[in-house]
Amino acid sequence: MINALPPATILILGALPLIFLKGKAKAVWMLLLPVISFANLLAIPVGSHWTFGFLGFEIVLGKVDKLSLIFGYIFHIIAFISNLYALHVDDRVQNVAGTIYAGAALGVTFAGDLFSLFVFWETLTISATFLVLARRTEAALGAGARYFMVHVAGGLCLLAGILIQVQTTGSAAFGYIGLESFASYLIFIGVGVNCAWPFMHSWLVDAYPEATITGTIYLSAFTTKTAIYFLARAYPGTEALIWIGAMMAGFPIFYAVIENDLRRVLAYSLINQVGFMVVGIGIGTHLAMNGAIAHAFNDILFKGLLFMTMGAVMYRTGKINATDLGGLYKSMPWTCGFCIVGAASISAFPLFSGFVSKSMVMEAAAHGDFRFIWFILLFASAGVFHHAGIKIPFFAFFSHDSGIRCKEAPKHMLLAMGLTAFLCIFIGSFPNFLYTHLPFATDYNPYSAGHVIAQTQLLFFSALAFTLLLLAGIYPAEIRSVNIDADIIYRKGGRWLYRACDWIFNGINDFGDKYFVKKLSSSVNDFFSDPARNIQIHGARMMVEATGDERPLAGRLRAIDQRTRNNTYPIGGGVLMAVLFLAVVSFLFFY
Amino acid sequence: MKQPIDIDEELRMFDKPKNVKRLLIIFFTLTGVVLAIDFFYHKHAIFPWEEYFGFYAVYGFVACVILVIVAKYILRPLVMRKEDYYD
Repeated sequence: MINALPPATILILGALPLIFLKGKAKAVWMLLLPVISFANLLAIPVGSHWTFGFLGFEIVLGKVDKLSLIFGYIFHIIAFISNLYALHVDDRVQNVAGTIYAGAALGVTFAGDLFSLFVFWETLTISATFLVLARRTEAALGAGARYFMVHVAGGLCLLAGILIQVQTTGSAAFGYIGLESFASYLIFIGVGVNCAWPFMHSWLVDAYPEATITGTIYLSAFTTKTAIYFLARAYPGTEALIWIGAMMAGFPIFYAVIENDLRRVLAYSLINQVGFMVVGIGIGTHLAMNGAIAHAFNDILFKGLLFMTMGAVMYRTGKINATDLGGLYKSMPWTCGFCIVGAASISAFPLFSGFVSKSMVMEAAAHGDFRFIWFILLFASAGVFHHAGIKIPFFAFFSHDSGIRCKEAPKHMLLAMGLTAFLCIFIGSFPNFLYTHLPFATDYNPYSAGHVIAQTQLLFFSALAFTLLLLAGIYPAEIRSVNIDADIIYRKGGRWLYRACDWIFNGINDFGDKYFVKKLSSSVNDFFSDPARNIQIHGARMMVEATGDERPLAGRLRAIDQRTRNNTYPIGGGVLMAVLFLAVVSFLFFY
Repeated sequence: MKQPIDIDEELRMFDKPKNVKRLLIIFFTLTGVVLAIDFFYHKHAIFPWEEYFGFYAVYGFVACVILVIVAKYILRPLVMRKEDYYD
């Protein structure tokens, strides 16, 4: 038995004292927690630990191998950085939710069985929702509620898949699943919601820009990356992922170009970057898997850095729309510098972190001869430089002077950003520190002359296109607007559904009321008030219509009235009825 | 926060038109240099088209122009709504 605790426990349980702690004690505790948790993780040897029986299945709280370890490392790093960045926040909801959220991501990462994985998976959803809600604006409350609904739906899909999977295979162990059975498809889709696949992605661009300044840093790191971890563990080499990932890498960049809210631009580029990882997992070779996982590692850092710089801008100016910002390099030079480091990293400039991981996925696609995919990824590489690499720093810190003069970001924010920026450059310059921790042994060298030249050419000419389009006035001016995305399905769709239901069901109701309740029942009532008379009158009228002779009608009607009033019917009629009845019965009986 | 701005004092490095022009000239020269490397270096590529002269440069340029044109003239008219669209 080892002397460590399960990896998730320290952050999740350690978050609870944050409810009571204040001031310095809280700050120290927030910084200490990820450090203690990290030391605890290092004390756990490779293997499966904390296993116990539950309903006849085996629960494993600590499945430690190279794949889970690298995610464990980066989750600790970003948890520390996020907590450092959030030191000024005196909101218990955010402090507690952020730390539990990080712990839940660790729980998923080290879960060796599907049941405990699901519990942590849902903990992610709940704690993340609070990070959105904690902004306490009307938009944030709406976005938080939608975030929760979408993830609960995805979670239920995952749960259904897990239950069927466990039922059919008889094992709850979390390992390779692969797209085979119905259950595996359910799990696949449930994970896809968290991974922000096309048409299931809009929760991300909806909620992340509405979350609190510090909340977005946590959010950008954990939910999508745990999904990537899940896919890497359970669905490596699944071809569908190649196409899904290529779509993710491609379509968001178009939205990012026309988006005004700079944090939403980053949210779109987050999907674009996750697309590269999904493609890598789909290809499934050792190089591709290493690339996908290394890129997840790097993306957590540089995307966190970009969100942090935009958060700092928002913290100081209260604004985040490109239309309101510009010229801030004078007021916030450090933040500006860190933003440029993040931009260079996400754009995969040589010597910055994105370069050493994205090129692995590209090369794996080329080796697998996925030509079309390769072209899309190259397009996405140029596009990401365009919107995240240039647009973000340019519109926030340069462009036209917005006239805003503010203070530089607070010290702890600068520290958090500086630390992340350092890591981005360090990994970019010395990739072997990252490569040695990847699941598969690799001697990959990103710094071949050909690679460096190719990538530099690509980026310089993307920048040239941006410059020329801007100078020519073709570059789309930022406009205050909402760009509709797949979330219209449930944001407007609810109202459309309401209207459609209103039309269909109230239509049926009106029809029923008019014809069945009012007309039919009253005519039935009339008829059965005196059925024999009504039949005879009807018959007499039909006779008149048939013969065209109206003369006998008055006499007949009088006779009918008399008969019904006195109940004196000719016997012949009764006999005829009885014979007809018997004929019908015998026909039914003998036939 | 917002104070009357003395333009001459406030204009710094990246605001002065002269500096911006200088920066642009440096940038254009650099793109030329980066492209010119293709004359002297033969890339060992996986796909044949990677070896064409200036393939990455042209692809990067064209990709971004297409990206902007499509986003501005096709996507924006399709998806842009007023800010209160969902309210």
